[in-house]
Amino acid sequence: MSQPLSSRFINIGERTNVTGSAAFKKLIMAGDYAAAVEVARQQVENGAQVIDVNMDEGLLDAVHAMTTFLKLIAAEPDIARVPVMIDSSKFEVIEAGLKCVSGKPIVNSISMKEGEETFLHHARICMDYGAAVVVMAFDEVGQADTKARKVEICKRAYDLLVAEGFPPEDIIFDPNIFAVATGIEEHNNYGVDFIEAVRELRTLCPHAHYSGGLSNLSFSFRGNEPVRRAMHSVFLYHAIPAGLDMAIVNAGQLDVYDQIDPVLRKACEDVILNRDPDATERLIALAESFKGKSLADEKAAGEWRCWPVAKRLEHALVKGIDAHIVEDTEEARQSAARPIDVIEGPLMDGMNVVGDLFGSGKMFLPQVVKSARVMKKAVAHLIPFIEAEKDLLPEEDRKAKGKIIMATVKGDVHDIGKNIVGVVLQCNGYEVIDLGVMVPWPEILKAANDNKADMIGLSGLITPSLDEMVTVAEEMQRAGMTMPLLIGGATTSKVHTALKIDPAYDGPVIHVLDASRAVGVASKLLSDTQRDEYVAEVASEYSNVRDARAGKGQSELLALAEARANGFVIDLAQKPAAPAQPGLHVFGDWSLEHLRGFIDWTPFFRAWELHGNYPAILTDKVVGETATQLFADANAMLDRIIAEKWLTARGVAGLWPCRRDGDDIVLDNGTRLPMLRQQVKKSRDRANMCLADFIAPDGDWIGGFAVGVHGVEPHSARFQADKDDYSDILLKALADRFAEAFAEALHQHVRTTLWAYAPGEQLTNEALIKEEYRGIRPAPGYPACPDHSLKPILFDLLDAPNNAGLTLTESFAMLPTAAVSGFYFGHPESQYFGVARVGRDQLEDYARRRGVSVEQAERWLRPNLD
Amino acid sequence: MTKREQLLAAARERVLIFDGAFGTQIQLRKLTEADYAGNLGLPADQKGNNDILALTRPDVLSDITRAYFEAGSDIVSTNTFSANRISQADYGAEGLVRAMNLASGKIARALAEEFEAKDGRPRFVAGAIGPTNKTLSLSPDVEDPGFREIDFDYLVDVYLEQARALVEGGVDFVLIETVFDTLNAKAGIMAVKKLERELDREVPVMISMTLTDLSGRNLSGHTVEAFWYAVRHARPLTIGLNCSFGAEQLRPHVKVLSQIADTLLLVYPNAGLPNELGQYDELPETTAALVKDWADHGQVNILGGCCGSSPAHIAAIAKAVANSAPRVIPQPEPVMRLAGLEALVTG
Repeated sequence: MSQPLSSRFINIGERTNVTGSAAFKKLIMAGDYAAAVEVARQQVENGAQVIDVNMDEGLLDAVHAMTTFLKLIAAEPDIARVPVMIDSSKFEVIEAGLKCVSGKPIVNSISMKEGEETFLHHARICMDYGAAVVVMAFDEVGQADTKARKVEICKRAYDLLVAEGFPPEDIIFDPNIFAVATGIEEHNNYGVDFIEAVRELRTLCPHAHYSGGLSNLSFSFRGNEPVRRAMHSVFLYHAIPAGLDMAIVNAGQLDVYDQIDPVLRKACEDVILNRDPDATERLIALAESFKGKSLADEKAAGEWRCWPVAKRLEHALVKGIDAHIVEDTEEARQSAARPIDVIEGPLMDGMNVVGDLFGSGKMFLPQVVKSARVMKKAVAHLIPFIEAEKDLLPEEDRKAKGKIIMATVKGDVHDIGKNIVGVVLQCNGYEVIDLGVMVPWPEILKAANDNKADMIGLSGLITPSLDEMVTVAEEMQRAGMTMPLLIGGATTSKVHTALKIDPAYDGPVIHVLDASRAVGVASKLLSDTQRDEYVAEVASEYSNVRDARAGKGQSELLALAEARANGFVIDLAQKPAAPAQPGLHVFGDWSLEHLRGFIDWTPFFRAWELHGNYPAILTDKVVGETATQLFADANAMLDRIIAEKWLTARGVAGLWPCRRDGDDIVLDNGTRLPMLRQQVKKSRDRANMCLADFIAPDGDWIGGFAVGVHGVEPHSARFQADKDDYSDILLKALADRFAEAFAEALHQHVRTTLWAYAPGEQLTNEALIKEEYRGIRPAPGYPACPDHSLKPILFDLLDAPNNAGLTLTESFAMLPTAAVSGFYFGHPESQYFGVARVGRDQLEDYARRRGVSVEQAERWLRPNLD
Repeated sequence: MTKREQLLAAARERVLIFDGAFGTQIQLRKLTEADYAGNLGLPADQKGNNDILALTRPDVLSDITRAYFEAGSDIVSTNTFSANRISQADYGAEGLVRAMNLASGKIARALAEEFEAKDGRPRFVAGAIGPTNKTLSLSPDVEDPGFREIDFDYLVDVYLEQARALVEGGVDFVLIETVFDTLNAKAGIMAVKKLERELDREVPVMISMTLTDLSGRNLSGHTVEAFWYAVRHARPLTIGLNCSFGAEQLRPHVKVLSQIADTLLLVYPNAGLPNELGQYDELPETTAALVKDWADHGQVNILGGCCGSSPAHIAAIAKAVANSAPRVIPQPEPVMRLAGLEALVTG
């Protein structure tokens, strides 16, 4: 695609116009607005700086079509970034459109066709909405055709508008581009009339602008795109210097004047400039021979494919394009002395560019993961060649920057974050030995020693993993190791690392906040010059954290009895009625298509370290483009997951009669659910809450659920085999989203149908995400119910292994990983809260209620204990 | 001289001072349900309905506004951020919208006159119009991006009702503030235009955008520059930024606006960012030092405070910029400036 000649010139996209595009008209007539929106998107992608929207079609309700389409494109940040031109011959359509457009649009058009009064009335309305206007060269007599008429009408309109206070810079004249080369002699000078009228008006009407609908010009060559495009380019070439500063064009289809076939160009020029009476005949004769040729096609191949191979490899890595990577790598290998040189030369150079761009905030994680995919494919191609000559090479020949053991600790199965960190480190030249998930500490220590690793990185998502990390640190200490230990994962924190892990191990312990920090940390730890200073700096920082904790008295705890006396008192009158359908409900295959609508996207972006709320993140100035691309990739994969049934959503929900007994909830079948109570002293009238507070002592109902998304493994394995970390991480992140969406959808089903205490609930997904419904679904292991060890009890009640295919690890992580479980509380006053710190008295009481030793309870509740 | 001319004249002399927050000042007073509800007999709880205090505890509003005038404010705003039919529906108090605005306007008007009479220095009242809690540009339903909860004409009527009562109560200007959705602001502008035609006189508007992310866009996605072009047809007396984040984070966006806006620039940031407990703890001297930097660079005409700011903040700002030269209004070239979410400037 090429841009027209002047940088001042504005392309107005013409394809979203039912009068000009048959394809667009068909979509709108069929009500296929989703596809119609894509037409707008293509226009913008092809360089349209404004998009013209026209719905003037006799069989359409133009007001409805205009407002519907404008609202839809307003929701597409990559379209809505450009101004809109609201195009209609009916002013009611224009005004309806103005009420939907949030920026400063252009109205196309108003004219003096119905006299000055109507013209000014319309102009005033446009001023009230702050729109610029296109004024057609049209008066009470008719459309202006000659230069004199064009000039006369436009000048009159200009004077009227300016007298009315209309800003002259917001006036755009359309002096009518008419068809030339029609065979009718009077039409031959239309091109010249237009160009010369503009030239004269420019001096008569200061600050005004000039536009036109370009496709009219070549109307007589319908079906012969090469000729039409050449005519348009030639016309612009001459009209722009005269003063034309915008035009409605097909933004993807303008040729560069210099690149038009010279014979065709000359013929077009003769017609447009009306150089002699035979010009039309000549162009018609020539036109046949150009029919069907497409100049743009030849350029589509992609210029970068002609670059030298090293440059091509770099381009492919930076852009994440894997289409040609094997052939390019092979080409580089053939000209390299040894296959390893390709990795250490052009590929590492390319990855260094990626690393620099990422480090300086010019690339974002999803793009880097794509780059890594390309890198892995290139390396995979080279490995057989490297193996083949291995015998000939000394051992120490290839040296990575450093070797890092990575593992998700025992009891935990979450690996998205760990995989991302692994990819980023590999991209930056580190060798990563990934031990996978649920790795017991002996294996981690052994792998570190066997591989002479430079450091260990531990990951975990659930709170029991924090304890397991302490264990690994203690064991490393016992084994006399000194290598650095890196800590990462969603529940980890600098404070926990400083307070609990760092004191357990004498070697350096570093909390790594996110993947983007991993490289910086690793490089400092492996640097001869920076290491000591960095380690000392972190150690002193952690020591400060500990001092601050120790020095500053923590919030005061109430005695358990006092906390209970200050419990939350529910209004018993509002107790939910008995469920419409009590007992267990099994869902063997919930529709993924249905769940798709319940997806909360914000956490998805957070998993990729793109911070911001959906949908605003898509237009974020910094990460918007990346987020939009990631979102598109995610939706494309969702389409396949659903169409090809990659995943199965299985779940179970149960509703049981129960009553409250102190801080326990006791089901009628005898199952006891001991809950924890907030003990931190509250200010004023706030209660010390416990989930049991939301249950009535004289008989009530509680629910439970467990949902899981099955089927990730074969696809994950396929992606890994294909060296495609990007798709692998994407799939796992989407499976997580499906599990959360399932929890949301099932909860809604429970509220409206199974328990049915809110049968008429009507909430948007946004409202669901904001938890605007009645009742809560706290999950074991989360703040209101922090003890993960309630999960086995819940799973027994639900028979989750049989009913939903879900199992638990010894740390109570759920398998498959994409799973959610929790309890349902239906009382309107039930609410989420955090239990936070509890005292020794509650610990002992809880141990007694659970029927376990205090030591056992202490292990379960460690994150909530001092 | 009209009030517009008076304000422009004063703004040529020095950096003027706007007021600070109402909400956080009201919170400090720990009012009870009885304070809010008074004897209006409304069926719903009123606690938290700050706007209704104009009818039930006018003394509270009067005290706060008085404190701002004493701290040095040249312009105060009315406590009417949510005094519109849409927001008041949450409290079942839609029927009192006119009364609230009228009363709030009168409270501020009386104080402005009292202070002006004391020292002869002109004081101004801006009638505050908030964004409502509905948006014209975004769909609340992800399934249906074309869906809107309200339409333009309805919002124009809602704003017109409020603006009419404010002007009747005696405000000098209408302040369309905390604009998170540019189209809502355009409806506000339309409402004021209608009011001007009803009254057959000018009602100057002040417009203030709020940013929702550090890259400098509001919720409807407009950049600062695009926003200015989208509302410039209102010929606002002031344009600016409020709320959003603290002064520190607003700095680059103030600079942009300062360079392009051919009208007075009013900025009233929050007192920093809230701490972990959701409280604003930026000290008056800190805020004052940050905004003074803009004044020293000739980037602002009027300064004030939003969430978390107090009379002490306003006094500190007034003191800090007492000797700063006001911003000189630029004269941009008359070229066409269009806007989608981003600006498109010809020429």
